Amino acid sequence: MNISVSGPKILFEWGSFHITETVVNGWIIMAVIVLLCIWLTHGLKLRNPSKKQIVAEKLVMMATNMVRDTMGEKYIGFAPYIGTLFAFSVLGSLSSLLGMRPMTGDLNTTLGWALVTFVLVQGNNIRINGLGGWLKSFVQPVAVMLPMNIIGEIANPISMAFRHFGNIASGIVISTLIYSALGALSSTILSFIPVEFINSIPILQVGLPAMLSIYFDLFTGFLQAYIFCMLTMSFVSGVE
Amino acid sequence: MERAIILAASAIGAGLAMIAGIGPGIGQGYAAGKGAEAVGRQPEAKGDIMSTMLLGCAVAESTGIYGLVVAMILLFANPLINLL
Repeated sequence: MNISVSGPKILFEWGSFHITETVVNGWIIMAVIVLLCIWLTHGLKLRNPSKKQIVAEKLVMMATNMVRDTMGEKYIGFAPYIGTLFAFSVLGSLSSLLGMRPMTGDLNTTLGWALVTFVLVQGNNIRINGLGGWLKSFVQPVAVMLPMNIIGEIANPISMAFRHFGNIASGIVISTLIYSALGALSSTILSFIPVEFINSIPILQVGLPAMLSIYFDLFTGFLQAYIFCMLTMSFVSGVE
Repeated sequence: MERAIILAASAIGAGLAMIAGIGPGIGQGYAAGKGAEAVGRQPEAKGDIMSTMLLGCAVAESTGIYGLVVAMILLFANPLINLL
C-alpha cells in the first residue's frame, strides 16, 4: 500500500519559473468568478427583478453589511475587496469537492493574501497618522519595545497565512490518510472471499469519505474564509 | 544507518510537535463554553456572540497550527535528511 501526500504538482516549467497546480486552479477559479459575475449582473432591471438579480443583490448586500458592521461607515470602500477575497477563498477551498487540489492548501496563496493585508494595514496607518506618527508608533510605550513591536507587526500576516493554510492542508492530509485506511480495512474485511476480484473492491471507500468532506471542505472552507476576511477588516480598521 | 536514525527521529519529532494540539483544544473549549453561557444570558445577541466566538477560536488555534506546520514539514519536506 502506498499513500502519497505531496505539495502541488508542477505542471509547466519555463526555466526557473514554475507553474504549479495551485496557479492553474487559481486561474480556473478566477475565470469562474468572472463568468459568474457577468452572468449574474447581465440584464439588471429596476422593476420586477429576476431571481438571479435578487441573488446578486443579496450577495452584494451581505458583503456591504459585513464591512459596515465590522469596519464602520468610513471604510465602506473596502467592501468590493473583502467580497472578492471571500469569494476567491471560499471557491478556492470548495474546489476540492470537484477533485481539484484546493488552491488555499498552498502557503503561497494565503501568504500572498496576508501580505496584501499587511500592506493595507501599514498603508492605512501611514495615511491616518502620517509617516512620523507611523514610525513613532513602533517606540510607543518606551523605546525598548521597538523589536517587540516590529516582531508583533510581522507576526500578524504570518499567523494569518499559516492559519488558513494549516486548516486546509491538514484537511487534505487527514482525508488522504483516512481514504487509504478505509481501502486497507475493506480489503481486510473482504479477505475471507477467495476471489481476487471481489476482495479488491474498496467497499468502505464509498460514502464515508463524503461525511468527512462535509467538515473538512464545506465547514472549514467557509469558516477560514470568514475568519480571514474578519481579521483583515479588524486589522485595517483597528488602526488608531 | 544515519538515514534511518534521522527518519525515526523526525517521525517522533512530528508526533511530539502535535502535542501542541492540547493548548488550542483547551482554549477553544473555554471560548465555546463562555459563548454558550453568553447566549444563555442574552439569547437576542446570538449572532454577535457567534461571530466573536468563532474569531476568538480561530485566533486561539494559531499555536496548534504552528505545531501542525512543524509536524508536516518534518514528515513531508524533511530538511534534516539533506544535511547528511
